[in-house]
Amino acid sequence: MIYDFFLKITGSNILASIIQSLLPLFIFILPFALFAVWLERKVSAHMQDRLGPMRVGKHGWLQTVADILKLIQKEDIVPNDADKPLFNIAPILVFVGSYAVFAAIPFSGAFIGSNIDLGIIFIIAASGFVVAGILMAGWASNNKYSLLGAMRSAAQIISYEIPTVLVVLTIIMITGTTNLATLSEMQTGHFWNWMIFGGPNFGIAKFIFIPFMIINFIIIYISTLAEVNRTPFDIPEAESELVSGYHTEYSGMKFAMFFLAEYANMFAVSAIVTALFFGGYQSPIGYLGNLFGAHWLIPIEQFIWFTAKGIFFVFVQMWLRWTLPRLRVDQLMAACWKYLIPIAFVNLIIIGLITVL
Amino acid sequence: MALKTEEMILNMGPQHPSTHGVLRLELELEGEIIIGAKPHIGYLHRCFEKHCEAMTYPQVTPYTDRMDYLASMYNEFGYALAVEKLLGIQVPERVEYIRVIMGEFQRIASHLVAIGTYGLDIGAMTPFLYCFRDRERILSLFEQTCGARLLYNYIWVGGLSHDLHPDFINQAKDFIKYFRPKIKELNDLLTNNKIFIDRTANVGILPLDLAINYGISGPNLRASGFKWDIRKDDPYSVYNKFDFEIPIGNGTMGTVGDCWDRYYIRVLEMEESLKIIEQALEQIPEGDVTSAIPKRIKPAVGQVYSRVENPRGELGYFVMSDGSVNPFRVKVKGPSFVHLGIMNELLKGYMIADVIAILGSIDIVLGEVDR
Amino acid sequence: MKEYFKNAWSALFTIFVGMKVTFKHLFVPAVTIQYPDVKLQLPERERNRLYVNMDDCIGCDQCARACPVDCISIETVKGLPGEDLGKTSNGKRKALWVTKFDIDFAKCCYCQLCVFPCPTECIYMTDVYEFSEFERSNLIYDFVTLTPQEREEKKINYAKFEAEKAAAKLAPAAVKPAESKEAPKP
Repeated sequence: MIYDFFLKITGSNILASIIQSLLPLFIFILPFALFAVWLERKVSAHMQDRLGPMRVGKHGWLQTVADILKLIQKEDIVPNDADKPLFNIAPILVFVGSYAVFAAIPFSGAFIGSNIDLGIIFIIAASGFVVAGILMAGWASNNKYSLLGAMRSAAQIISYEIPTVLVVLTIIMITGTTNLATLSEMQTGHFWNWMIFGGPNFGIAKFIFIPFMIINFIIIYISTLAEVNRTPFDIPEAESELVSGYHTEYSGMKFAMFFLAEYANMFAVSAIVTALFFGGYQSPIGYLGNLFGAHWLIPIEQFIWFTAKGIFFVFVQMWLRWTLPRLRVDQLMAACWKYLIPIAFVNLIIIGLITVL
Repeated sequence: MALKTEEMILNMGPQHPSTHGVLRLELELEGEIIIGAKPHIGYLHRCFEKHCEAMTYPQVTPYTDRMDYLASMYNEFGYALAVEKLLGIQVPERVEYIRVIMGEFQRIASHLVAIGTYGLDIGAMTPFLYCFRDRERILSLFEQTCGARLLYNYIWVGGLSHDLHPDFINQAKDFIKYFRPKIKELNDLLTNNKIFIDRTANVGILPLDLAINYGISGPNLRASGFKWDIRKDDPYSVYNKFDFEIPIGNGTMGTVGDCWDRYYIRVLEMEESLKIIEQALEQIPEGDVTSAIPKRIKPAVGQVYSRVENPRGELGYFVMSDGSVNPFRVKVKGPSFVHLGIMNELLKGYMIADVIAILGSIDIVLGEVDR
Repeated sequence: MKEYFKNAWSALFTIFVGMKVTFKHLFVPAVTIQYPDVKLQLPERERNRLYVNMDDCIGCDQCARACPVDCISIETVKGLPGEDLGKTSNGKRKALWVTKFDIDFAKCCYCQLCVFPCPTECIYMTDVYEFSEFERSNLIYDFVTLTPQEREEKKINYAKFEAEKAAAKLAPAAVKPAESKEAPKP
């Protein structure tokens, strides 16, 4: 829809698609990353009885802008013995990986980068792309800490993709679609139509689904947390062990790219959780647009709802981060292979049986 | 043909976020498993013992502060006791009580740092800041009494530099009331957390025989299950007047002498310290704290060894006098230095992430290791 | 099997307990202060930068001797006889001109050992703690109230006085040194 709109204005296919693809970056990812970094600081500060940044702007809300300005000005240091081409490509690759995910995220009924039918599969595939970048960064830095961090990261992201996919499969089984926009559209109406409350179809199956859906939600939330390397799964960049893992040697804007990618990723996984379980961009209580008969308002409202839900889950991620210690590598793997995957499998089978019956 | 593999040498430190100062650990790794560890020390060496030979006896006190900078009060306490033993002077009762109160407050402050940074090493940042918040209150008490927050120069040979602040006793009681619930909160947040337990239980197990062979003392020895506390077993000052327990590790979450035990001993010890402070605040007599300070400290020829239970273990002072105003020799037996010796035994077979957990649980202060 | 579910449950449960604690703290007022804007009330016994009240200083050098790091350096010149150097506030007569009283705060360890021996209580610790400098040499504080010319003058005066005294002593025995030069013989 956005594409059509720009096509009408510009009259050129290429220009319209470029604008459309850049739109999420400039209206969403960058402002969101700036906001999320500020939020992270504030949340952590208040949880720890501190105030956090207070100087730049009211309650320091411009602090991240100042930080980015500082990072842009900084010298770009490349270690002598680094593998330079790989070293330079890695941050871009990581950023591209997390940026590509946004293509298929349905922000609202009218604003979805690319409404592909394989939406959710695409997202999982694209976010797997990040591993390559991280491994490259770790290897090219020629630093033992970076290498250890990168290896941990690769192992972790690949392992945790399995429970994610298993949970996604259960959703696909119930709904029969991999298109995120359709999935969101299905959960329309009020909040009891959300997947976490058993989906839109009324009946006995809906109520049987609820406990399994909650388990599913917990599994996917934990595993996506691990995929974006957040505490308690932040062992690739565990600062007390590996200094800061694969981005130890990066400075200036390249470091900022990693940073940006991390926060973009945080939102991306929250968006997946939202789209799968919490009604996507659907409002839980109905739309003001319908109330006043102003239908143009609905997509905007949807956008706001989606962002709000996403930010709530980002907040929970932060909340967890500032509460929990981190796991060890073997425990991380054990948590995945011994707990998440078997439980996800059992869930998959049970939900499969229920759907068939 | 077998693929040739070799061990990776990883230098942890001296610039590393969690080596608690400037320790350099040379780790031999096979993948993530450690097959050898060699601590390199001396980055913070300040010639404490040599310096003492050029100082007069009171001038040594500020230097002792700078050894174990997280437990300065206790360093002074030990030194003052040693020199008083050498001089053969008796200090007033009130001085002894104030020393005990300060020493126990210092123990809580030091354990708070140990616990907080241990949480930080494991990855939980919030308990660290809670611990520091509470430690600040103790430091404010010290600041009010002697004017300094870290390096006090408060406990002098023969007395104290100042008497207690008039408001001290009330504030100390307030602190005790405030602090008890905070320990519970800490337990909720960190001690009983499943991830924390997984990270620390059954990790870095220190068997009792090994601990005794290596001369480990203090909380680390007690965590291995041996009831040994100089405050009870060789009482100095007025410690025999108080009623308190010596917590020992009993492997609640794993094996006796693992990291979790060493951590939890410190939590329990804070509560015991609170008990001692409470009793001392009740019993404290009136008196003059500066009356016994000798005008000129010139002990007769002789030597003395005196030991105290520092927050980290046995802190011993060997002071030798040649009859002049300067000590002929001041030798310190510091617990951190002794404890660092066990790293190689303790680290073998664990992972890199465990190095941090084990090092943190041993709770060393590099200022005292290097002196 | 029971162990398995117990583990999973305790993990989730303890995480929730921890989250409850941190959530509560979201609404606890901060304990930190906005430092340069708000400053803590310092206790009266605060030990920070030293101050020397030169009106009371008698130049006895006790503080310098008590200092464990030798950051105080004092030089004095004796007053001429009949010259009035004033009195300290506790009634001691001054007898020395203090021509140098430097405290190097880069060295000072704020141990307060110099404060106690002072007979006139003229050296004491203040609550000034913001005195960082870019140049290390700027941390050497000169407390002497005399101007550099006056200091030189005092030194010269005393040297003159000494010389005069020596000359006065020598004058009657001017011949003697010449004799004694030959005195040392093996």
